[in-house]
Amino acid sequence: MTTTTLNRPDTAVRSRPNGPGTAGHRRGRILHWIAVHSVAVALALFFVLPFVFVFLTSVMSDEQAMSGDLWPGSWNWSNYSTVFHTPGFLGWWRNSLMYALLGTVFTVCSSVPVAYALAKFRFRGRRTAMILVISTMMLPPQVVIIPMYLVWAQQFHLSGSLWPLIIPMAFGDAYSIFLLRQFLLTIPQEYIESAKVDGCGEFRTLLRIVVPMAKPGIAAVALFQFFYCWNDYFGPQIYAAQNPGAWTLSYGLESFKSAHAVNWNLTMAATLLVMAPVVIVFFFAQKAFVEGVTLTGVKG
Amino acid sequence: MALSLSTPAKSAGRATDPAPRDSPLRRKRNRERLRNLGFLSPWIVGFSVFFGYPLVATVYFSFMHYNQIKAPTFVGLRNWRYVLEQMPLFGPALWNTLWLVVVMVALRVVFGLGIGLLITKIKTGVGLFRTAFYIPYLAPPVAATVAFVFLLNPSTGPVNEMLSWIGLHGPNWFNDPNWSKPSLVLLSLWGIGDLMVIFMASLLDVPKEQYEAADLDGAGAWAKFRYVTWPAITPIVLFAVVTGVVQTMQYYTQALVAGKLASGVSIGPGTVIQPGYPDHSTLTVPQLVYSLGFQNFNTGAACVLSLVLFAIAMAVTLLLMRKSVGLIPAED
Repeated sequence: MTTTTLNRPDTAVRSRPNGPGTAGHRRGRILHWIAVHSVAVALALFFVLPFVFVFLTSVMSDEQAMSGDLWPGSWNWSNYSTVFHTPGFLGWWRNSLMYALLGTVFTVCSSVPVAYALAKFRFRGRRTAMILVISTMMLPPQVVIIPMYLVWAQQFHLSGSLWPLIIPMAFGDAYSIFLLRQFLLTIPQEYIESAKVDGCGEFRTLLRIVVPMAKPGIAAVALFQFFYCWNDYFGPQIYAAQNPGAWTLSYGLESFKSAHAVNWNLTMAATLLVMAPVVIVFFFAQKAFVEGVTLTGVKG
Repeated sequence: MALSLSTPAKSAGRATDPAPRDSPLRRKRNRERLRNLGFLSPWIVGFSVFFGYPLVATVYFSFMHYNQIKAPTFVGLRNWRYVLEQMPLFGPALWNTLWLVVVMVALRVVFGLGIGLLITKIKTGVGLFRTAFYIPYLAPPVAATVAFVFLLNPSTGPVNEMLSWIGLHGPNWFNDPNWSKPSLVLLSLWGIGDLMVIFMASLLDVPKEQYEAADLDGAGAWAKFRYVTWPAITPIVLFAVVTGVVQTMQYYTQALVAGKLASGVSIGPGTVIQPGYPDHSTLTVPQLVYSLGFQNFNTGAACVLSLVLFAIAMAVTLLLMRKSVGLIPAED
């Protein structure tokens, strides 16, 4: 392993000028390598061990899960099927999936045109609009939740369902608009101009030229929105609490723990089943994801 | 969208039109105005209906007595007095939220920066380490919290079990009012992935030549960090601090779930319990809004508290605007 370090070109170049003390120099580098990688391994344990313990407990027998044992005495894979057969669990899966998929599609379709206008059109009030978008993005959802709930419950009679969470996403989401705008700014104006010269209308320019070029940004925003919906707890708690048939996985998981108060093994199996989809999606879409997170940073 | 679709037809018409009353310039401007409105319309509707209206309604309800059954009645400043002067839980909730804002944000930024720096130094297996450090960030908050309540379970949890191997008696974590907030901080440090990626990207953007120049001047590791790295990443650190503050002001799910589960009361969601177990030590302002509005049906008081939260969040947002980390387009 040390050879890899020493073979790196920059090391080779740098060690040449101070030619003499090579032996001491090399020892210093090796010690540095060891120090850095020990810290990294220790930290990796901090990040990974929780998953390991959760998994190991999820296959323990009922009695063992109540003890302090770390390693399962027997591997009870049936815990997972028990979880799946818990009444309601599959329904929560379906609801989570519906919320996340519809929410993502609605958000992307409504936010792309807005972000495009904010990024590429020049008009009076653009700066004000941008400040309003950022303000809504920053404000806690609890600030407006009470009148919102009253409207959905009393005027539309939609409490007990996830629709009060999904419908607003068809009207633009501040965070997605912000991220998409940051991304669309990087698309050169010339492409848009030349599309117009070729006789494309604004909307066709957006669909045919801008959207294909903005795919990485759109993918990142879609992923974020999917995860946001999948992870959302506050929303379903407000609107779906009174109707278990509308619960999502994130929301149902808590009641699952309460119902199986002592069965840590089943709770851990359910926990892993809630985590699994996001981790799987991440491995398939790693690049878009990291791109998106970097996008949140300063790129304006 | 229908508006914007009609634009091409219009422009085709203009080419053949022998320019009537309107000058072409004015028509172009009108068309552009329609186009802008068309593209912005989803957000204009969304902003007014899902933000503007409820904000006004929150102010309205803050002066009303309303239990969500009988019609609201005007009570003047009574709700405001009640929340700010009498409500016993307001103090603890505000204190907990501020505590979390200060401690959690500071530790997350320091830890995230440390991890970012470490990643840039790793030579072997960097991809593997990066993924390992990043994955916990993806865990849904509820699932991560359930996992941590299990891991930090005082009697049978793996963490205290391992501490006992080396002769340490672990604390009661989520069950001890003094340890419950630090436990939440630990949970938030586990999910450091977002900050790690942002810091990593900005650290890699620091020009290599500057480090080489510092090397030639014989600068040590600290001097290099202080005079080369730090000035280059200050905007990102500021960005991380402000977004961290904004997020922590909304801190809700983890605190609520941890408190509920650690209390061990066998309850389904929606069951009324005193929030913030143990001893209100995990009660945050957003939780109190929920509890007032949806458990006690004291709409007026809940709206007052919402507005207090709004004021604090707005102040922080304005600070961000002032420091403008390149978020806002320059005036044009």
